[in-house]
Order: sequence, then structure tokens, then C-alpha cells
Amino acid sequence: MKNIPISAMIGLSFTGLYFFVAIFAPWIAPYGMAEVVGDVWEPSSAKYLLGTDSIGRDLLSRMIYGGRTTIFIATMATILSFTTGATLGFIAAVSGGWVDQLLSRFVDLIMSIPSLIFALVVLSVMPVTVNVLILVMGLLDSTRVFRLARAVAVDIAVMDYVEAARLRGEKLLWIIFREILPNALSPLVAEMGLRFIFMVLFVSTLSFLGLGVQPPQADWGGIVKENKDGIVYGIPAALAPAFAIATLSISVNLVADWVLNRTTSLKGGRG
Amino acid sequence: MNEPLVKVRGLKIGATVYPPGEKPHDIAIVHGVDFDLQKGQVLGLIGESGAGKSTIGLAAMAYGRGGVKITAGEVWVNGRDILKTSLKDIRALRGGEVTYVSQSAAASFNPAKQIMEQVIEAAVGHGKFSKSQAETRAIDLFAKLGLPDPENIGKRYPHQVSGGQLQRCMTALALCPEPDMVVFDEPTTALDVTTQIDVLAAIKEAIRDTGVAALYITHDLAVVAQISDHIMVLRHGEMVEYGDTGQIISAPKEDYTKALVSVRSIDHQEKPPGTDPVLSVTNITARYKGTKFDVLSDVSVDLYPGQTLAIVGESGSGKSTLARVITGLLPPREGQTNFAGQTLSDALAGRSRDELRELQMIYQMADVAMNPRQTVGTIIGRPLEFYFGLRGAEKKRRIRELLDAIEMGDGFIDRYPAELSGGQKQRVCIARSLAAKPKVIICDEVTSALDPLVADGILKLLLELQKAENVAYLFITHDLATVRAIADSIAVMYQGRVVRYGPKSKVLAPPFDDYTDLLLSSVPEMRLGWLEQVIANRKMESAGN
Amino acid sequence: MHPIVKLVAQRLALSTLLLLAASILIFVGTQILPGDVAQSILGQSATPENLANLRAELGLNEPAVSRYLSWLNDVLHGDLGTALTNGRDIGESIGYRLKNTLFLASCAAVISVPLAIFLGLLAVRYKDRWPDKMISAVTLTSISIPEFLIGYVLMYFIAVKLGWFSSVALVNDGMSFFEKLNAIALPVMVLTLVVLAHMMRMTRAAILNVMQSAYIETAELKGLSTFSVIARHAFPNAISPIVNVVMLNLAYLVVGVVVIEVVFVYPGMGQYLVDHVSKRDVPVVQACGIIFAAVYIGLNMVADIVSILANPRLRHPK
Repeated sequence: MKNIPISAMIGLSFTGLYFFVAIFAPWIAPYGMAEVVGDVWEPSSAKYLLGTDSIGRDLLSRMIYGGRTTIFIATMATILSFTTGATLGFIAAVSGGWVDQLLSRFVDLIMSIPSLIFALVVLSVMPVTVNVLILVMGLLDSTRVFRLARAVAVDIAVMDYVEAARLRGEKLLWIIFREILPNALSPLVAEMGLRFIFMVLFVSTLSFLGLGVQPPQADWGGIVKENKDGIVYGIPAALAPAFAIATLSISVNLVADWVLNRTTSLKGGRG
Repeated sequence: MNEPLVKVRGLKIGATVYPPGEKPHDIAIVHGVDFDLQKGQVLGLIGESGAGKSTIGLAAMAYGRGGVKITAGEVWVNGRDILKTSLKDIRALRGGEVTYVSQSAAASFNPAKQIMEQVIEAAVGHGKFSKSQAETRAIDLFAKLGLPDPENIGKRYPHQVSGGQLQRCMTALALCPEPDMVVFDEPTTALDVTTQIDVLAAIKEAIRDTGVAALYITHDLAVVAQISDHIMVLRHGEMVEYGDTGQIISAPKEDYTKALVSVRSIDHQEKPPGTDPVLSVTNITARYKGTKFDVLSDVSVDLYPGQTLAIVGESGSGKSTLARVITGLLPPREGQTNFAGQTLSDALAGRSRDELRELQMIYQMADVAMNPRQTVGTIIGRPLEFYFGLRGAEKKRRIRELLDAIEMGDGFIDRYPAELSGGQKQRVCIARSLAAKPKVIICDEVTSALDPLVADGILKLLLELQKAENVAYLFITHDLATVRAIADSIAVMYQGRVVRYGPKSKVLAPPFDDYTDLLLSSVPEMRLGWLEQVIANRKMESAGN
Repeated sequence: MHPIVKLVAQRLALSTLLLLAASILIFVGTQILPGDVAQSILGQSATPENLANLRAELGLNEPAVSRYLSWLNDVLHGDLGTALTNGRDIGESIGYRLKNTLFLASCAAVISVPLAIFLGLLAVRYKDRWPDKMISAVTLTSISIPEFLIGYVLMYFIAVKLGWFSSVALVNDGMSFFEKLNAIALPVMVLTLVVLAHMMRMTRAAILNVMQSAYIETAELKGLSTFSVIARHAFPNAISPIVNVVMLNLAYLVVGVVVIEVVFVYPGMGQYLVDHVSKRDVPVVQACGIIFAAVYIGLNMVADIVSILANPRLRHPK
């Protein structure tokens, strides 16, 4: 853990800060999430640090609670997408044959439809709840994780040391967990960061389109939707989430970049 | 003496490296080298990997590959120091006065362009010839280099000709602009041994006919001895010895040169075949899934306890496929494998743990044969744990014993593969297979990725271990010198068949069949005039044509 | 038959098959999922009779396979059905909007593709120096913000604060070409920014990959000028990866369009789709879904075919 470059340090600390605020939102937010405390679109003041929103709620409080929702959904969807995608990807890579063919062709099919469009199609008939959102986003995105996990595992599975383990008579579980996983971990962890960012953008987009988190629940995309009409009158309330999303995803990106570079330099090292 | 064509003085070359977890820093690759090259002469640069020989060769064109930089010294070519001249002048030099032939012609030709266009590009670009003159010259060179259909081969694309032919096209590319000097950077290393000799002969003839000077870079002293007037031996970026070719190979002065000259001179007394083979392969025919031709047809060989059977052949002969069939990775279409008196199941899944234990394998590339995330202790310890259930102190004691057997101390237990040298890695792989107490070890080209001196060490170790443990080796290799050093019996393979099989003394004694003759005669020998003699006596075209 | 013709034909067939499979997927996604379409449309307060009527009208009582086949048959004959919400013919409504969407997307493509390739080359030329670093910083930022937020940021600063362009992109048939261009200036700018980043990054990677090949070293050792090396040796081999990058990003653009249309209230396909998703108008969603999927699959196919055509090994077989 020594020698962390400055960019990764910045990334790590901002990411940590966002998660901290998300977890302890009720203790940090100055007002309640749905509490109407002032006039419509009040400018920022000592009382309302970011001003108020389209119906007079404290924008900072809504941002804090909204971040909690956005980060929660994105995290859960990332976990779902990773466990499904990586497990199936490894199984496909190690088993090969028809298992691999079946899974890979099915994933090709899902990926032939843009995921936003697919999500819209599914959400047009499903009740839009947080659980459904996590499920739809996580499963759609697991196709990308599947591809990466499979590609990485296929590369490793043809290595002589994996063949040596097979010839020794090792079982499938040993090969996956002891030979392949330790060598696949770094690219997968870096990818996890990127998937998380994608999830934040995805859920924000859906909420913005009115098909994600439903009011009065707040999330960053929803806050934009609620306050977008203010833009035309020069009221920048809708831009607050832009700043939050951008800083969060840049921070995570910086961390992911560092993890990935660390891996490649390890590969390119002596030998 | 005339002013030399090339004069190098105090050449120092460095590079910036980016080790993981450390700050980037500069290292020195070449620590001050001097040499002269007269017009029309050939200087051989020889050394093991990391000796800096390619770097020196490219410095003669004022070129540094990747992050390599020339840090000090002078390189005089045709009367001016090219390290101090202008970029424009350097461009005139490259491809005009000095040209380059790389190890891999397949990668060095642009895949999107016809061969002719690339061969004449430098000659036309430097204004030496018109397009039609250059094409005529190229066709002459193609003919001189023994390429088939010289009139039309230039119209083909690089992927449409074989590796050996492409290497000759690259030589034509280098000679086309009538340069003063050509840098040959391991031009035959990537080729099969029977192809190498043709290319080598073609290069030698072309050098003689055109009167061009050359820097010939290689790791193989026997090869360079055929082609160069002088030889410079390099090690770790420093000159070890310099002299004319005859002196270097017959009367080397330095210990390192002596070691290089006497490499592969292990004396191995052949053992007579026993009665009960430990491993016996009968009538094996095999093909890969989805293909339509047999990679192995009707292969039968026997291996006796405590002996070495060498399987010799070039790439595509099926020798590595035989290993896959024996280990159960590729079930054969016909035939069977008997091991220690039992018939082995065709597929890996049908074999018992003891059968797996007694048949071990060592690979060519030691660095990908070990999990980079496991320590040496884990790597050697796993078979002990897996086959014998050893744990804790008992396991540790046995790991120490094994490290001792491969002449490495127990300080290596906690090291990772990336921290080991090439030879050490291969030793750890040997220890891993010994840990299983096997009856047979399949060695698949185990020394071919190593420098000659290191390879020698590995061969000696394998022989000692065979004596101590009475283990049998199925030794797969393309290198006949290695075979002489280690085998008790030999099977020569060609296009999926065993063409000659028997005890070493019989296989290596005349009368030969055509292929064995070709193969044996193609192994470079460290004496002057060998190349001409072989070419004159050949009966069969090499496989690469 | 020349192997390349065979490969291209195979790729075409594969895309058709994929599109067919995608249509099944879209159909399954809207019809068989646990949500009851009729219930979703009418809401919780619907009476059982109303529900039954709607189910009959939608043909929900028939087996799914026959419903799919008749839907597919209609689609193949150019009949996209009628919208549940207003009873209009979907084909007609989509035709007009599709034209608008393609207009917007192609304007963005015309600007972003050459710009991205130029900037990608610039980044390679000045690799690891400040132009490269600046380009990657901008890229990182712009891929970290969702499209709609870039839209609002630009709208806020350019339309509202500076008053240069209109903040909504309303177009109608009565407008001249230049009036239309003026109206869509902002959304085009946003779309350009969105795809530019990805395209630039991928172009840079593709060219760097080619520049590291051994044949580039050969060209340098022939004493060619930097320009000749790039133009004669790097470029012919970089065409295929760059076309691939462009196609993938155009596919991405098609999706970005959906959101941007909503932001700028632009009368295109995306707006239409999103509207009808909230109204749970299943036939419209299906129709839009299949059209978006077709464009996406088509662009990916073009990318694959170009790499087949550009591959010298396939063009000049042994």
C-alpha cells in the first residue's frame, strides 16, 4: 500500500467522503429529505447552503439523501452485476464447450440491444421500485462483466501453470480460486470501479427520464428532473448533481486507473 | 590500414526503466564498447540475452529502440560521427548507407503492402535508383537469395510466403539500396534448423557477391563462425574478447569464451535398453478437434526406467502433440499408452491420482509454468500436500531437500517467480515435478528458451537427478546438440511420423534416411567451412521451402 | 467464391439472425414479465371488466408464440401497429420523428468524427506531453458526467447566461435548413462532446497500437520521414481499427440521442419512446425498441465488415 500516487490518494479520499456522507446521511443533512423549509428556489444562504429546490425543500439535504439513494442503488447493482457476471464468466472460460457457447451467445444477444433501450423496454411493463431497478441494471450490466471475466480467465486458463494444475489432478474449484482468481483480481477490481461509475450514470439517467427512483424519494438524477425548469430562468439548482456525479465518478476513475496500472506494471516487470 | 567504414569509440547506451512500485530510473545497457569495421568485412557480435548486442547494432544506425538512449561515445560511419550529425543526415544514412535485417521478418514487413513495394522503398526514396531499376535489382536479389519465382514473388503479400522466404525477402530489402553495411539482428534465430541453414547460406553468398560490410548479431557462436571475419564476444554490455573468427573458436583466451565454445560438450554414456518399458506408446494416431488431418500417425515408442528417450523434430513434426496425448490432454483417435504395466485411460479425467503423480511434466517457458502469485515454497509444496498429504514442518523439510537437490538454497522459499532468473525458474519447475516422486518426467523443450550456458547447467542437473532418483525422461526437443548430450534412445519425427527410432548410437550412425541426414547435417558445427560443405552435400530440400 | 464474399455474407446473415433474436427478446421483455400489461396500463383502480376488455383487445388471451408471430408478421409488412394511448398509427408517428433523430445524430457525427480523429492523432503526436495530457483530462471529465447533465450545463451557460442559442430545440417542417441547424446547435454540441471523448480515446489507442508494430520500426530504419512513416505505413493499417472506433461510437450516439432529445424537448424518436414508456404504451415501446436495436446492430455489422475488408490476409488469401 506504499507508493500510492497523489491522483489515487485524491480519488480514494473523495470516494471515501462520498460513501461516508451516504451512510450517515440522516445525521449529516441539516433538514429532512421531504421537508418544505422555505420559498421556491431560494438562492444559497447561511441557512440553506445550496439554496432551496422547486417546492422549497433544502437542496443540500436533498443532495445528501439523494446521494445516499444513488450510491446505494449503484453499489447494490454493481455487486449483483459482478457476482453474476464474474461467476458465469469464469464458469464459461474453465468449462469451455457448449456451456461457454450457450452463455457467450446469449450475452452477445443481450448486448446487441443498447442497455438503456432495453431497460426502458423492460421498465415499461415492470413496476418501478428500487429492487426492480437494481435487478434490471445489475443483470443488464452483468453481460459486460461476463465478457471481461471470461476474456481474462480464458487468457489465464491457457497458461502452462493451469495446465500443470490440471495434470496434477486438481479439482475445478481449486483451479478457479487458487490458480485463476488471484491473477484475474486486479483487472476485475479496476473494472468494478468503472462499472460502479456506469451504474451511477445509469440510475441518474433513468431517474431523470422519470423511470428510476420515484418521488418523493430523492436521487441525483431526480433532483435534476425536479429543478430542470429553473435553468431557463437562470436558476442553477439542477447543476448541483452534475458537480456531485462528476466528482464522484472522476474519483472512482482515478482509483480504478491506479489499480489497473499497478497490474500492468506487475506484468511488465522482470521476467 | 585504410580508414575503417565504421569506427565505434567508447559507446555507452542506457535506458529508463519503470519497475513496479519504484521510481523510474536510468540503467546502463552498454558500458563503453570500441570496434572497427572495414569495408566488405563481417563482424560477428555474440552474447547471451542482455549482453547488449542488438542495442549496439541499432546504435550503428543512430537508433534506440523504445526508451533506449545513446549516452556517450562516438559512432563514425563513412567519415562522420553520426551521433552528432543532423536528423536529415541520419535519415540519409538509414536505409541508404546502413540497412537492417530483423529477427522476425514476419512482423517487420507491413502486412498491408506487397513485398516488392517495401523492398524497393528505401532505394527509391533515397534517390539511389529509379523505380524500374530498383525492381530489376530486387528481382536479381530474389534470384540470388534462392527465392522461388523471383519475377513474381514481389507481387505477393507478406502473409503469402513462408517464414524462411520472408527472411530472405528482408535480406533483399536490406541489400536493394546498395548499402555500405547491413546490420543482421539474429536473422535465422526464429527459423527451424533445416531452414536456417538455407537462409544462412543465402545471406553469406549475398554478402560475398555484393561486397557489403555487415554486423552479424547472434547468440549462436556456431552460426556466426560460418559467416564472419571477426568476432566480438559481449557480456552484460561489455566486451569480453575480440579476435578473428578462427582464433575465437579454436583458441579462445577468456574463460567466458571458452565456456561458450565448449558448450553442449556434456559426455553422456548411453545405457542399453532394458526389458520392461515404464512407458510404452503403441500405434498412436491423433488429430486436433475440428481439423481434418492427423498430427500424429501410427507413433510407437518405448521408454525404459531411469533412461532418456529423446523425441526430435522441427516445428510441426508432432512432437509436442505426442506429449499432450501421453498426458491425457488430447485423447488419441487410435492406439494406447501403457504406463508402469497398466493401460492408461485416454482422457485425463479417467486417470487415478497415482498415475497422475508418477507422470510429471516440465515446460519450455518456465515463467508461464508457475503461478506468478505463488511463492516458490507454495509451488513446490503443493504436490507434496496434494499427493502425500504432507503438512507443516514435514512439508517444509521436504521443500528444503528439493531446493537442495536443484542447487538452490532455502532462502528462495518465500520468493516469487518474477524474482528468479530464467535458469532458476526452470530449476523450480524441475523441483515441483520431482516432489511428486514420478517414474517419468516429460520434458518439453525445457532448455530451448535458455541461454546456452544456463541450458547446459539444466541438462547436467537433469542427468544427476536421473542417476539419483532413477527417473525416466521423455525429452522433446528440436536441438540435436541437446539430444547428443542427454539421450539413451532417440525417435526422429517428421510430419507426424517416427522416421527413425532406436538407441542413440544407432540413430546417429550412418546410413541415414534422407530426413535424418538433413536434420543432422543442419545443426551448425563450430568449425570454419562447415556451411559450404553441408550445402554441397545436401540430398533433400529443407522443410521450410 | 472468394473467401471474403463468404465472410461478409456470413456476417450479414448473422446480423439478420441477431435482429430476429433481439425482436424476440424485446417481445418477451414486454409481454411475459411478471407485470401484467393490462394492469399496468389501467392502474390499480381498474375494474375487472375493463381489464378483461383490454386483455382481449391486446390479444393477451392468445398464446405468446402466436402473438409474437403475428406481431413479427405485421412488422415485416411495415405495420408497426397502433398506439394504445391515442390510437394513432405508430408507423406514421415514427417516420417523422425518425427523420428528426437521424438529422440530429448525423449533424453530431459530421462534426465529431473528423474532430475526434484529428484530436486522436494530435494526442499520439504529442504523446505524454501537454496536449495529450489535456486531451485525456477532458476525456476523463466528460465520460464521468451523464449526457443530460452536460446538456443542462451547456444550456445554463450558453443559452441562458450568454443567450447565444435557444434552450429548447423545437423544429418543424416549415423551417428552412439553416433555421433547423440553428435550433439544434446546442443538442449537437452536447452529443459531439459526449461521443468525442470516447472516440478520441479509442482512436489514440488504436493508432498507438499500430505505431508500436515492428514494421513501423522497419520504416523508420529505412530513413523515411515521419510523415511518410505515418502516411504510408501506419495509416493503411490503422483504417480498420479507426472505422471500428467510429462505428462503435455512432452506435453509442444513437443511445445518447434518447436522453438529449428529452433535455432539449426535441421531437425525435427518443422523446417519443420515453413518453410512451411512462404511459406504458407497449406497442410503441416495442416498435421503438426494435428500431433502435436495428440501427445499433447495423452499425456494429458495418464495423465488422470493414475490418474484414481491410484485412490483407483475407483480401489476398494464400
